[in-house]
Amino acid sequence: MSSDIGQQLCEQVHDASKTGTPLSIRGGQSKRFFANEVNAIPLDVSGHYGITGYEPTELVITARAGTLLADIKSSLENSGQMLAFEPPSFGADATLGGTIATGLSGPRRPFNGAARDFVLGVRCINGNGESLRFGGEVIKNVAGYDVARLMTGALGTLGVITEVSLKVLPKPRYETTLIFEFDLADSFQRIPRWLEKPMPVSALCFDQQRLWLRLSGTEEGVKSAIKRLGGENATDASQFWHDLNEQKLDFFAKSEPLWRISVPANSRLPEFDKQAFLDWGGAQRWLHSERPAPEIQDRVSEVGGHATLFRGVSGQHGVFQPLPAEMLALHKRLKQAFDPRGVLNPGRMYAGI
Amino acid sequence: MHKDITTSRATVDKRAVLQQLYDFLPVSAVLHEAEDTRPYECDGLSAYRQLPWIVVLPETVDQVQRVLSFCHSQHLPVVARGAGTGLSAGALPHEEGILLSLARFNKIIDIDTDNRCATVQPGVRNLAISEAAAPYGLFYAPDPSSQIACTIGGNVAENSGGVHCLKYGLTTHNLLQLKIITLEGEALTIGSPGLDAPGYDLLALMTGSEGLLGVIVEVTVKLLPRPEHTQVILAAYDNVESAGTAVAAVIAAGLIPAGLEMMDNPAIRAAEAYAHASYPTDAAAILLCELDGTAAEVDSQSVQIQELFKQSGAVDVRVAEDEAQRQRFWAGRKAAFPAVGRLSPDYYCMDGTIPRKRLAEVLKQIGELSAEYGLPVANVFHAGDGNLHPLILYDANKPGELERTEEFGGRILELCVAVGGTITGEHGVGVEKIDQMCVQFNATELAQFHRIKAAFDNEGLLNPGKAIPTLHRCAEFGAMHVHHGKLSHPELDRF
Ligand SMILES: Cc1cc2nc3c(=O)[nH]c(=O)nc-3n(C[C@H](O)[C@H](O)[C@H](O)COP(=O)(O)OP(=O)(O)OC[C@H]3O[C@@H](n4cnc5c(N)ncnc54)[C@H](O)[C@@H]3O)c2cc1C
Repeated sequence: MSSDIGQQLCEQVHDASKTGTPLSIRGGQSKRFFANEVNAIPLDVSGHYGITGYEPTELVITARAGTLLADIKSSLENSGQMLAFEPPSFGADATLGGTIATGLSGPRRPFNGAARDFVLGVRCINGNGESLRFGGEVIKNVAGYDVARLMTGALGTLGVITEVSLKVLPKPRYETTLIFEFDLADSFQRIPRWLEKPMPVSALCFDQQRLWLRLSGTEEGVKSAIKRLGGENATDASQFWHDLNEQKLDFFAKSEPLWRISVPANSRLPEFDKQAFLDWGGAQRWLHSERPAPEIQDRVSEVGGHATLFRGVSGQHGVFQPLPAEMLALHKRLKQAFDPRGVLNPGRMYAGI
Repeated sequence: MHKDITTSRATVDKRAVLQQLYDFLPVSAVLHEAEDTRPYECDGLSAYRQLPWIVVLPETVDQVQRVLSFCHSQHLPVVARGAGTGLSAGALPHEEGILLSLARFNKIIDIDTDNRCATVQPGVRNLAISEAAAPYGLFYAPDPSSQIACTIGGNVAENSGGVHCLKYGLTTHNLLQLKIITLEGEALTIGSPGLDAPGYDLLALMTGSEGLLGVIVEVTVKLLPRPEHTQVILAAYDNVESAGTAVAAVIAAGLIPAGLEMMDNPAIRAAEAYAHASYPTDAAAILLCELDGTAAEVDSQSVQIQELFKQSGAVDVRVAEDEAQRQRFWAGRKAAFPAVGRLSPDYYCMDGTIPRKRLAEVLKQIGELSAEYGLPVANVFHAGDGNLHPLILYDANKPGELERTEEFGGRILELCVAVGGTITGEHGVGVEKIDQMCVQFNATELAQFHRIKAAFDNEGLLNPGKAIPTLHRCAEFGAMHVHHGKLSHPELDRF
């Protein structure tokens, strides 16, 4: 049944490529607000669903792209495992395909890795309507270019993801969140000193009033870290981390455009830091701002980072930090290599790719 | 060997090329006499040899840019080389091209303790990074057994692993940023000093690209805090199935050890004779399990794992009593290759990955193939992540034995693919496994790889003949294979 849908998807892309008709790839549409809008004929992947393989002792799950993220999470939960990159879902309809195509990761990211770090293999349809498989279901695999990871975060512009294999991890047995009444300057000072010590930190953020630090691991490991760190035990912490990940904290309730700033964790951006929410130990900062894009992006690039207009106005364009000319040229050549007629989500990432 | 990796091109006037190289390289940075270029004729897989035409050893990024734009303008093939420890002939020179050694790029540029990363030149040795980070209590996690010699540039090009990658990941999981020079001589920054970069994940694409897409001239790696405490447990089994079950039991119990290695009896014997690691030489298999973390954490996991090992039928379970014993337990494993090398004039190391649950069956079939070819095999296995290193013992001086060994090796790799695995877990394809790429990927997928390559290097001058086979080559390989009746090509269900 679902295999027929896979075939149909191939045919649809193939037909579109013959006529050069742009397609807008859709899963659950939960992340439609993100990235640039594409006005094109929808290609619906949500009917292509189902977990096709899950072997807890191999630490690998394989599922079709239309599978609901919630279904994957609950299957893993039943075996005491998890997606360690803690993907945000932004809605009950979130699919695996959209999760990987956007490549977004949650609070655990600096400590356990990003979506791309857990992708072992993908099946995808390139812009010619050809179904291809890269990577596989084993943890170590260096045969051929790492196209599976390249597809992660490519927003469907290089291929329609139809199936994904992910490495999964056991859920930590013990978890505690500590709160510290620090200010910004304190936080910047303490964070690197803490993180240079071997402690099972699994999330670390600063909300302008408090520093929140999550520890996950064995009971013994977590307890010995608590002894070292002090701080106060947070109640309701798992709700807090969930709300942070899903952008449901009060901080996110403002109406100004929301920027995502990605920088080396310990860089100081005095212009923004006082209004920002610092996640990922400082490496990912959220900022509501009406400032013009170049003002934010130029400043952020001075410290080696980049900024994305994460939630702006509807029908948005130009949300990602512009690429240097030679990089954009390389991106265009890669787009050409996968999708010569430019039918897959054109413009979703950058104009021209 | 007989793999025709070179495409014949009109002979270029070597003297004219040298003259032009001297325009921007000192005389000491250009080697062209056989006696000088001989050390570069092979990498760690010495069965493949090719005397380089010209070797260049630039010292500045500007020189690398000029070498590459020169090669581009002259249509000269160029092969990058780190330490030459690669095991798939990835750094095999081209008979009419430039071998570009990055050996002189050996400086550690920066250790940033606030952001826990190190920026280094590509010729820096893997171990040198951890040594430089040690005063700050930090280390670089991927630790190939060749870490005293191999370079970080080579590690990135191969996406190398090590015995600790079960917990800490491969090279690709431990990188932040690369600076590369394209064939045109253009400098590109890939990734960022933060945790991600705008656009496509080119960091992933470059990692493991075996020198086919660009030359790496700077690498920024993540550093991790050194664990407080480490412990090693050794468990002996009288059959490999039980050892395999034990590995699955550890994972099922929700434990991810820092390392989980297996050796079979021939490997145990060889390692014991060589390194005196006090391994039980009558065991069918041993497991080495390393735990790290705080002392309390390690102690509690150690108790749990010893219990699991006993339940799964271990005949002997030992915990290293002190650091010296821990080192000794590892010494045997780390010396497994040279140890096996002592048993026979030559050995050939394979590098397939399999789903762990197929281990017993794969080892059995390797045993059967070993009997069929009359060539002994010792198996070393990164058991935690399914990466199998069968070591085939042979004698290159016996006529035909090398060819038989290669054929045997090829069949092991095909077996790995057949059980749902891959032909290479960490050593790369290079020249060695190029035919098996035709087994792992179909023509459409290979064509896609070639289009990716063309986006970086339209003329195919960067490390030609490696990693990705031409469709023509696969057609010939397929015809030959079917002819011998060894391999069937069932059209795989694509969904
Ligand atoms: C005894 C022994 C044990 C080993 N153990 C392991 C192990 O545990 N795990 C593992 O993964 N590997 C292992 N290896 C294989 C080998 O050490 C690794 O592949 C290593 O990363 C190669 O590094 P190198 O500097 O020697 O690279 P080289 O062999 O010089 O080159 C390897 C490839 O990288 C390319 N390359 C090198 N430098 C650059 C650059 N700057 N830019 C672009 N391309 C470049 C070359 O063209 C070539 O294709 C082992 C090898 C030996 C001999």
